[in-house]
Amino acid sequence: MSFTLPPLPYSHDALAPYMSRETLEYHHDKHHQAYVDTGNKLLAGSPFEGQSLEQVVTGSYGKNAPLFNNAGQHYNHLHFWKWMKPGGGGTKLPGDLQKKITDDLGSFDKMKEEFVQAGVGQFGSGWAWLAVKDGKIVVMKTPNGENPLVHGAKPILGCDVWEHSYYIDYRNRRADYIKAFLDHLVNWEYVEEMYKAASGHKAAA
Amino acid sequence: MALNRRTLLAAAATIAATAGLPRFARAQATGPFTLPPLPYATNVFEPNIDAKTMEIHHDRHHQAYVTNLNNAVKDYPNVAAMPLQEILAKLNEMPEAIRTTVRNNAGGHANHSMFWEVMGPNGGEPEGELFAAITRDLGGVDTLKSRFNDAGLKVFGSGWVMVSVTPDGKLTLETRPNQDTPIMEGKRVLFGNDVWEHAYYLTYQNRRADYLKAWWNVVNWNKIGERYAAAKAGTLAI
Ligand SMILES: [Fe+2]
Ligand SMILES: [Fe+2]
Repeated sequence: MSFTLPPLPYSHDALAPYMSRETLEYHHDKHHQAYVDTGNKLLAGSPFEGQSLEQVVTGSYGKNAPLFNNAGQHYNHLHFWKWMKPGGGGTKLPGDLQKKITDDLGSFDKMKEEFVQAGVGQFGSGWAWLAVKDGKIVVMKTPNGENPLVHGAKPILGCDVWEHSYYIDYRNRRADYIKAFLDHLVNWEYVEEMYKAASGHKAAA
Repeated sequence: MALNRRTLLAAAATIAATAGLPRFARAQATGPFTLPPLPYATNVFEPNIDAKTMEIHHDRHHQAYVTNLNNAVKDYPNVAAMPLQEILAKLNEMPEAIRTTVRNNAGGHANHSMFWEVMGPNGGEPEGELFAAITRDLGGVDTLKSRFNDAGLKVFGSGWVMVSVTPDGKLTLETRPNQDTPIMEGKRVLFGNDVWEHAYYLTYQNRRADYLKAWWNVVNWNKIGERYAAAKAGTLAI
């Protein structure tokens, strides 16, 4: 099984002005495409060929850096596009998730504060996350192509803080970008879907 | 002290009144480390590096490293009194509470100070001892350029591609993640290129290879020759 780049789940201008058409064109059509292409070249003939993407990511971590970097970024970006939607963000979360975030992180606002802090504090390229670890929702940050999967956790929301995510629209103002992501872009329904899968719930029958 | 603070506040008010106008008059955090002014106009490297990139890179990114470094050392007078290269060479002796912040921001300050210096208009070509050392250690200027470009392209995420120099003049091609630098191992950097996306995104976007190639057009070989001589004389600080 090789990696393929799915089209964006919305048009390239659907997230403007918080994320511009130009940013999405480069980010999805060029950066993500490059991770897919390079990943496929490195996957071919490797012991990881034929495994699921999650298996390639966790299996290549610490063993095959070039393959891990590209497989990790493929996984991260696949979800990143779905973690956003036009008219997303806000404070109305699907039931269970709101309560779980309040229980584990104090409040929705505290979660946001910690999430922004994680993204700003990730020095250089990387990601800020909400993840499920040992049954709890935690805020995490990881460098470059890493993600919570390789740290014993399951990601339920990720924000790409590589400069290519925000440089066209926000220049050096990373904090403004992460705040806009939370306030206007997050697709909380998809976060809930991943939360349910991560916590072993069956999808509602 | 009170007078100093009042003078500062007055200066800040003046600056606020003319906000956005003078590029170098912006309020800077007080502290031992300061942002060196760019030794040329921001547009001198067009079209290889655009003026907006130069402005944001110097006035915002580099300034942030300086400000964060000053903030980190403000309660540690013995660290604040140390030269930048010594801080970098003794990171494991830094107080743990500020070690990572110092590593990132002292590294960022040193790397960018070097970066502005090794670029310049009418920079000439490698000559004399520098030319001989490049031929001896790096296979010649053309080989150096292609190996340097390949290495820069392979840095995954933020980082630098550099040539380090020993006191006896030996050159080595190096890459480092984020704002790390060979100075952290007691070495000296002869020159280097910034491959953080902020260094090229406005003009080159995802095309880092094109940026690496174009960067040679703005390299100041005359200055690098001076740095090479200083490294051999033991006087190259950063
Ligand atoms: Fe990305
Ligand atoms: Fe930079």
